[in-house]
Amino acid sequence: MTTDLLKEPAGRTVRPALEDRDDSPEVRRNTSSVHTSDVLALLGAALGGLSLTALLFVWIAPFDSILGFVVVAYLLFVGLYAVLVSFDENSVAVRDKVAAVLWQSLGVLLLAALVMVVVFTLWRGKSSLVHLNFFTQDMATTGPLQPLTRGGMVHAIVGTLEQISISLVITVPLGLSCAVFLNEVPGRYARFVRTIVEAMTALPSIVAGLFIYATAILLLGLDKSGFAAALALSVMMLPIVIRASDVVIRLVPSSLREASYALGASKWRTVWTVILPTTRSGLTTAVILGTARGIGETSPVLLTSGINTGLNADPTNGPQLSLPLATFDLVRSPQPAYIARGFGSAALLMALVLLLFVLARVLGGRGPGELTRNQRHRRVQASRRDVARMSRRAQFRSAAPVAAPGLE
Amino acid sequence: MSVVAPGLGQPSAPEPDFGDDGTRRAPRGRVEPVDRVFRAVLGGSGAVVLAIMLLVGVFLTYRAAQALGVAKFRFLTTSAWEPDSHHFGIAAVLTGTVLIGVTAIILALPLALGTALYISEYAPRRLKRTLISLVDLMAAVPSVVFGLWGAFFLQGHVVGLSRWISTYFSWIPLFKVDGADPHDPLQADTAYTSSTFIAGIVVALMVTPIACSVMRETFSQAPAGEREGALALGSTRWGMIRAVVLPYGRGGVIGGTMLGLGRALGETIAVYMIISPVFSVQPHILQNGTNSVSSLIALRYGSASDFGMSALMAAGLALFLMTLVVNFIASSIAARGRSGAGTEA
Repeated sequence: MTTDLLKEPAGRTVRPALEDRDDSPEVRRNTSSVHTSDVLALLGAALGGLSLTALLFVWIAPFDSILGFVVVAYLLFVGLYAVLVSFDENSVAVRDKVAAVLWQSLGVLLLAALVMVVVFTLWRGKSSLVHLNFFTQDMATTGPLQPLTRGGMVHAIVGTLEQISISLVITVPLGLSCAVFLNEVPGRYARFVRTIVEAMTALPSIVAGLFIYATAILLLGLDKSGFAAALALSVMMLPIVIRASDVVIRLVPSSLREASYALGASKWRTVWTVILPTTRSGLTTAVILGTARGIGETSPVLLTSGINTGLNADPTNGPQLSLPLATFDLVRSPQPAYIARGFGSAALLMALVLLLFVLARVLGGRGPGELTRNQRHRRVQASRRDVARMSRRAQFRSAAPVAAPGLE
Repeated sequence: MSVVAPGLGQPSAPEPDFGDDGTRRAPRGRVEPVDRVFRAVLGGSGAVVLAIMLLVGVFLTYRAAQALGVAKFRFLTTSAWEPDSHHFGIAAVLTGTVLIGVTAIILALPLALGTALYISEYAPRRLKRTLISLVDLMAAVPSVVFGLWGAFFLQGHVVGLSRWISTYFSWIPLFKVDGADPHDPLQADTAYTSSTFIAGIVVALMVTPIACSVMRETFSQAPAGEREGALALGSTRWGMIRAVVLPYGRGGVIGGTMLGLGRALGETIAVYMIISPVFSVQPHILQNGTNSVSSLIALRYGSASDFGMSALMAAGLALFLMTLVVNFIASSIAARGRSGAGTEA
């Protein structure tokens, strides 16, 4: 049997006839991974799971636990979802979808726990936070039975602010210069320091407190005071700040560093004018996150600061309470008013941490070299000024005034 | 699938640097005086940090020596804590610490793994940064806040679960509860409160963010070429995760888990607020009463005599060494394997 092709004379190519083209505008294909059927399957499974569980719990079995309800409803939901998806997909796709649901719900569970912790604290704390005296009075003359309209936490607020400031004064210069050291003076010594610092990020905070208690208070005879507490906080925060800034500085493109050295800059110049400005946003974040960790630590403070009830603004002399320690101390009491105050200071502490996080988010979190719109605008302006200046100079110097190339 | 941008910081191959006369120039030029000072300052700050960190270990050992010299090996086998009559040891508190830590990490592992996979593989790109900072926020929630939540909120809700587990699984020795009769409907809940299990749940929530961020970091470094290869071969997203992301990130998963365990062992305040301390080896995790090294220190430091303080230092040293070992193992595992090697897509 021969085909038409073989009958063609050899050596000639035949162009196939053009197909009839559809001239109507092409319909854009939906490349999104979300399809209506998926959403419907999810909704249907959720609804089915809930209803079946409700049926089971209300009509059939004498169960009453809320946790049990949630668990059973979730299991039924996953099972129903798998069945629904299996109607129009093969088993590989079913496994894919069920895995997606499982991982995402674990993520949601963690976030839900976070929200629950934060909201619970703020909610229980609001009864004492609504009174203005909470922020203006101390507890020196307030007895256990007095209502929430008397007494407040100003001494703990002052203590927290002073202690964290002192420890920032210690940790920020030391931590940042150590992080710069780890990156800019590499060698065996720097590697050793890095190993030790990394090991110390796991230092139990109570051990930091114990260390300062044993050295500063027992050995050097320092009083239990805000300063000792700040020292303990510094020991705990130092590895955190160093590690976070180390990671940020490591991300500086070495082309920037090399460009600076190629221009003949010294190491000091390079660090001061290239490395630090490039990583400013990341370093800010590192310090703020370290602060947020330090401000809420109770155990180092517990051993070193002592507890007082009156306002003591002098960190070097006498015990000085701070917010986490106040919370810890107050909720141990059986008095409802004390417990309410404890929740109030916990809520205040939580609000401080949240504030620090918002600050970190606004100020930083950008990689090195990434600019905000305003910064980009300022860079463009500066570079325009430079071009103008250079061209003026060129005009001034050359006998025949010629516009610098690239202008206008 | 995102394509990884080529690293900005690829150092170009060093060109041989010749002077005018053709001889090779010394690689290091004249060091300016200001630079010498600067280097000295940097090296000095490194030395200060190193000194502080080493001092913690050295000083703890020094102070603990007195108590360890008296207790000798009984320090590891005695469960009572009466340092003033020279009868003390960390058998009970160490068991409690390890049980709380292990409970916490067993609960934290799936949570951290799921969240890390969700953030690195499933979350919409716009949400990613927000989710990452939320997880960071969770790591910074003060432990006293977690403790409050655990003691005032969680405890009441989990007792039912504890009772259920102990009713149906008490044939496993770990879940047995002494002094509780599952068939007695009037049994008070107090047998199930302040237990290792409840402390473990709270500590799990505290260490999950750490473990999660280590895992997420390694997952997001999984080479884009291999991911795309798997997808191009027709794999589903889960198939790609199982074949590429999880094997690649195994070091990160183990390392993150160990890092979380190190944290869990050292947790103080939240545990202290939840448990009721007992000084005997108590292996039943659902039963009221447990103990941990760090809460022992928080409990007893105030009333300790000089020798008692030395004994507490010895307990602190034991905790310190334990977390140090766990942490070293964690970082060596996390650094090993393919995750550490710079692969190019």
